[in-house]
This record gives sequence, C-alpha cells and structure tokens, in this order.
Amino acid sequence: MNARNSSDSAPVPFGTKIRNWWNGLSRFQQWGVLIPLVVLVYLLPLLNFFPLTTEPGTDYEIALFNAARMALLAIGLNVVVGQAGLLDLGYVGFFAIGAYVAAVLTSPDSVLYGDYPWLAVVPIAMAVTMVSGVILGTPTLRLRGDYLAIVTLGFGEIVRLLADNIPQLRGNQGFQGVGGPPGTYSDGSPIFVQTDGTPWYWLTVTAIILVLILVGNLERSRVGRAWVAIREDEDAAEIMGVATFRFKIWAFVIGAAIGGLSGVLYAGQAAFVNNQRFDVITSVLFLAAVVLGGSGNKVGVILGALVISYIPDRFQVISEYRYLIFGLALIVLMIFRPQGLLGARQRLLAYGRQGYRKLLGRDEPVATESPMKDSGKGVNA
Amino acid sequence: MNQSLSTQVLAQGQPWIGFDVGLLVDRFWSNTVDGLAYGSIYALVAIGYTLVYGVLKLINFAHSEVFIVGAFAAYFTFTALGFRPGPTLEIPVIEIVVNLLLAGVIAMICSGLLALTLERVAYRPLRRKKAPRLVFLITAVGASFAIQQLILLWRGANPERAIRLLRPETVFEIFGARVTNIQLTVFLASLALMLVADIFINRTRLGRGIRAVAQDPDTATLMGVNRERVIMLTFVVGGVLAGAAALFYIMQIPQGVLYNGGFLLGIKAFTAAVLGGIGNLRGALLGGLVLGIAENYGQSLFGGEWRDIVAFVLLIAILMFRPTGILGESLGKARV
Repeated sequence: MNARNSSDSAPVPFGTKIRNWWNGLSRFQQWGVLIPLVVLVYLLPLLNFFPLTTEPGTDYEIALFNAARMALLAIGLNVVVGQAGLLDLGYVGFFAIGAYVAAVLTSPDSVLYGDYPWLAVVPIAMAVTMVSGVILGTPTLRLRGDYLAIVTLGFGEIVRLLADNIPQLRGNQGFQGVGGPPGTYSDGSPIFVQTDGTPWYWLTVTAIILVLILVGNLERSRVGRAWVAIREDEDAAEIMGVATFRFKIWAFVIGAAIGGLSGVLYAGQAAFVNNQRFDVITSVLFLAAVVLGGSGNKVGVILGALVISYIPDRFQVISEYRYLIFGLALIVLMIFRPQGLLGARQRLLAYGRQGYRKLLGRDEPVATESPMKDSGKGVNA
Repeated sequence: MNQSLSTQVLAQGQPWIGFDVGLLVDRFWSNTVDGLAYGSIYALVAIGYTLVYGVLKLINFAHSEVFIVGAFAAYFTFTALGFRPGPTLEIPVIEIVVNLLLAGVIAMICSGLLALTLERVAYRPLRRKKAPRLVFLITAVGASFAIQQLILLWRGANPERAIRLLRPETVFEIFGARVTNIQLTVFLASLALMLVADIFINRTRLGRGIRAVAQDPDTATLMGVNRERVIMLTFVVGGVLAGAAALFYIMQIPQGVLYNGGFLLGIKAFTAAVLGGIGNLRGALLGGLVLGIAENYGQSLFGGEWRDIVAFVLLIAILMFRPTGILGESLGKARV
C-alpha cells in the first residue's frame, strides 16, 4: 500500500478512532455493545415519530423494510465486489431470479402454482439463484475487470428480457398474490401482509444477522482469505496455489444466493412481481450502495444501503433526483475517496488483532486504498 | 406491445421462442440491407469505445450518453430550423442536405464537447491519482447514470416526437430487397467517416501520437508525445464520430430520441468493438456491420422480441471463445 498515507503522517481517516476502539474490545465486550444495538435496530419500527419517520410521504415501516432489503442485497453484492473484487453489474439478475421463483411457485397466476409452503420456497429460490450463479460464472469468470463487468451487465439484461419475452413469466402483467411466510395473529388475521411493513422488517433484519454471521465466518475462513488474495492480486494468488476460479465461483454463488433471498423477500412483501423493477439502473443503484458505503466492509455497505434507500424516503424532496445524486456521488467519491465512506481494512482475526497490539504496541495496518485494486496486468492476461 | 403479444401467444399456446428458418431465408437480403445500415451506426459508436480503450484501457461506459446527447442536439437543431413533428415537408433536396449537414455538425460538436468534458472532469483526476482500473469503470458508470438522469429530469421519460426530414424511398433493389435512400446515405456516409478516421489514425502525425500512447504511454511521453493532449484528442474523435452516428440514428429511427435511448445502443456498439477486436479501428467497422446483420437474422429466426438477446448472447460468446475479436486488438500494435 501507499506508505505515505499510513498512520504516521496523514490525518486520521474518518471512523478510524471508532474502529480502533472497537478492535480493542474483547469478543465479549463487543457482544456487550452489539446486543443493545441489535435490540435498537429491532425496535426501530416502533420509533415512528419526528426525526426518523418518513411519513406522510412513504409508509415508515415499509421504508424500513426496503432499507433492510437493500442492506441484505448490499451484503450479498459486497461478497462479490468487495471481498472477491469482481465487478458485477448484473447483480439485479439474481435479485430478479429470486423474486420470480417465489412468484412462479406461490402466485395463483402462475402455471406452476401449487400450495407450496413459503418456507420451502425460500431454499428453492436460493438454490435456483445459486445454480444461475454457476451458469453465469463458469463461462465468464475467466474474464477480468472491465470485460467481466460488461458480461455480467449483459447477463442482467438477458434475465430481464427473458422476463419480458417468455409468456409464462407474464411480462408487464406480472404475478399477483405472491405468497409470504406463514403465521397468524391470535384473531386469525395473517401476520405478513402487504400493508404492514413491521413483520417484514423484523424478518429481514433476522435474515441480515444470519447472513452477516455466515459471511463473517466465511471471511475469516480459508475461503475469505482466498477472496482477499484474488482481490489484491489474482496472478499472485494463482501462483501461490489458490484455486482462483473455484473461489471466484463461490463468491458469485454466495452473492447470488443472498441476492435471491432478498428477491424473495421483495416479492413477498410487494405480493406482486412484474418485469419493471429489474433494469440496469437498479443494478447500478445496488453497486452505488456498496461502493458508497465502502466495498469490502460489511458495516460500510449496510450504511451505504441505508443512504441509498432510506434517505430518499426520508427526504422526499430529493426522491425525484435520487438516481442523479447517486450517479454524481459515484463520480465524486471515486475521485476523492475511492474506498467509500468506511473503507475496508486488511483483516486480522479479533484475537490476532489483540495479539498484534500487545506485541507491537500499535494497531494493525489499515488499508487506505480501495480494495478494488488493479488485479490484472492486462485484461485476459 | 410486448405484453399484448405475449398474452396473445400464451392464449394460442404457441412456443415462446420461434425458430423460423423459412422466414430467415425469405428476408435474408432485406435483413442484410437493414443490418448493414444499422450496423454502420454501431460501427461509428464502436470507434469511440475502441479508441478510448486502446489508449486508456478504459471502457468508457458514458460513451452511450455522449451518443444520445448528440441525438438530442440534432433533434433540437431540427426544431430550431423550423421542422416540426408530423408529415415530412416537401422541400428541395439541396435544402435537406444542408439542414442535415448542419444538424450533423452541431451534434458532432455537442458530443465531442461532452466527451471532452467527461475526460477532464471525471477521468483526468483519477489518472493523476493513478487510480485502479475498477475505479475508472465505476466513475464511468456513475457518469453515464448521472447524464441519463439529467436528461430524464429535463425531457421526461417519453421519447421526443419524431421529426423526419427525409422520407424513405426505394432507390434500387438488390435480390428483391429494397434499399432506401436513408439506408444508402447512412451506409455510405458512415463508410466515408470511417475511412477518414482510419486515415487520421494511421496516416497523420496526431494519429501516430495516439497509436504511440496506445502502444506504450511512458515511452511515448519520453519521445515527446504530449500524452494529455493525445487523450483529449482521443475522446474528442470518439465523441465527434458518436455525434455523426447520432444524426444517422435519428434519420433511421426518428422516434428514438429518448433519455435512455443510448444505453442499449452503447452496449451493442461496445459488443461490436469487442467483436471486431477492441482497440482495432477496422475491427470496429467489421464488428458493427456483423453485429447489425446478425441481429437482424436473429430477429427473423427467433422473433422480434429476441433481437436484443441475440446481441447480448453474441457478446458473451465472443468474450468466451475469442476475447480478442475477429481482427485482434491492435491499435497499439499497428505498424508505425
């Protein structure tokens, strides 16, 4: 990395103090902070008053659900873009596949309609998106950098055009009455309905926590180290014996599954799926969430997703300009702070971190550059 | 349209994708003619991608917006000249030619300026910071997005109402396929522009500078080539050709002046550039024409709604099997 920017001379970057404090805590102390925070996150839908609420413009609970759904997507895309360094412009394709699988299996409009329980549909949808991740990844992951980006963009468009063109997928007409999770209140009315965002929000937050634990464990495992190696220098990783192709496929597949899960949640809450929400603009918006927050940093991408989804709902004035603002934000950010609001850092394990500190008397080195390093010596090299 | 079509197909229980060889045989020559006329637009836009990629190794994602801004410029030139949507006016040929030329020049200036601005505002700061390539690409995506949204806010989501200066009339027939005056003009004018561009790159001093920077930026700088100026020139040349393509586009598809009208065309033009061999000027021409024709054949074979998918599948297939394209990547490797 760039020695000039490291901790000795340059001004302390945004958030570094908090990070140092956090990294200094033991695992138990970290949980002590995390648990009240998680409780607060769960309580958010109940705090429907002035500084937080998005009403009267948007239903507050649904706005929260949408933000959470976006955060889930951002975590999934972060596996691909931030962890493994593969720029995916067609991530919306996986989101669409998840939503469509849910719709095809649970909507009475569909030819495949059966009385499938929602809890069975979720794994099916995730499995289908994983398979589609393999299908997309196998031929294309030989490509690098920009070529990969364009090919994934093509994939996203192909998915959308298939939804347009295959009559069984009902194009613009769409699927009504997409199913949701089971459960009723004591008076017999269903819990998960389109108009009430709160249960959906809680469900999504739970999914986010589970996914975060899963992804966090993956990051700390051999898989995660392989991803970082590929991200930083693919050729070197390959020479050092990392099965780059296999781990790239894994990144794609895991990212796809998370995108698919988000798609299922989206379809369930809206209870309606048609071909209108899966264009490239949406895909770029997802990417903006990841890049804005700081790709490679899980907390960062969640923050990015909140910025992308919640801010326009909260401040209706900018809602119309949101795509413009986020497009410009991408440019400005790349020029002035390419690592995003919260940059990724070179990771050591929590215990390793404390050991590092004890031994050397200072914090672990912090990556000041974007994880989006120039991986190839040339495209297709 | 799509929706009613699919509902109809569903009702009749027909397969959702056709494979109509008979139709392809019937329309073979007319598809070829249409494909050549349309493909020459791809080719002109593809040069912009190819040149920038050759020099900077950057997919200038915002080039599609450079193109569509040219189309808007040409459109507003038409309205400023007093043309209105509706029936084509009966005016002398010479007047049509002058008006078209004027619109073309203005479109070329606007597109060229936009390309130059993009380079200065978005890409140059990154170059000075020696940013990784992915950062460039994300910037380009952001720029494309921002320009598109600006146009959307300004003009709304509906396409501009079609203005036709030239009524399509059959000039001659070839194997039973009609060649219209518009198609002929577009094809010949594009060929001429491509020829000029080729001579410019391969025969002039400035072109040699571009090739030198594409081949080896550092050595070129040492040899006295002003790299910054070459990069600016590259963007301007690409932008100007995109402006010309924009004029040809609204001559063929007058109803296509739309805020996101450039997006799909841009992707296809990029496909054309890759198909021919990115960084290769003649490859861009060949790739554009091949893509235009292939798309039309695919349309006859599989049905109209599969046209775009043909282009995307072709893109993926080329990148998988021959990522250097038909003629190979060669801007930097060209003879000196």
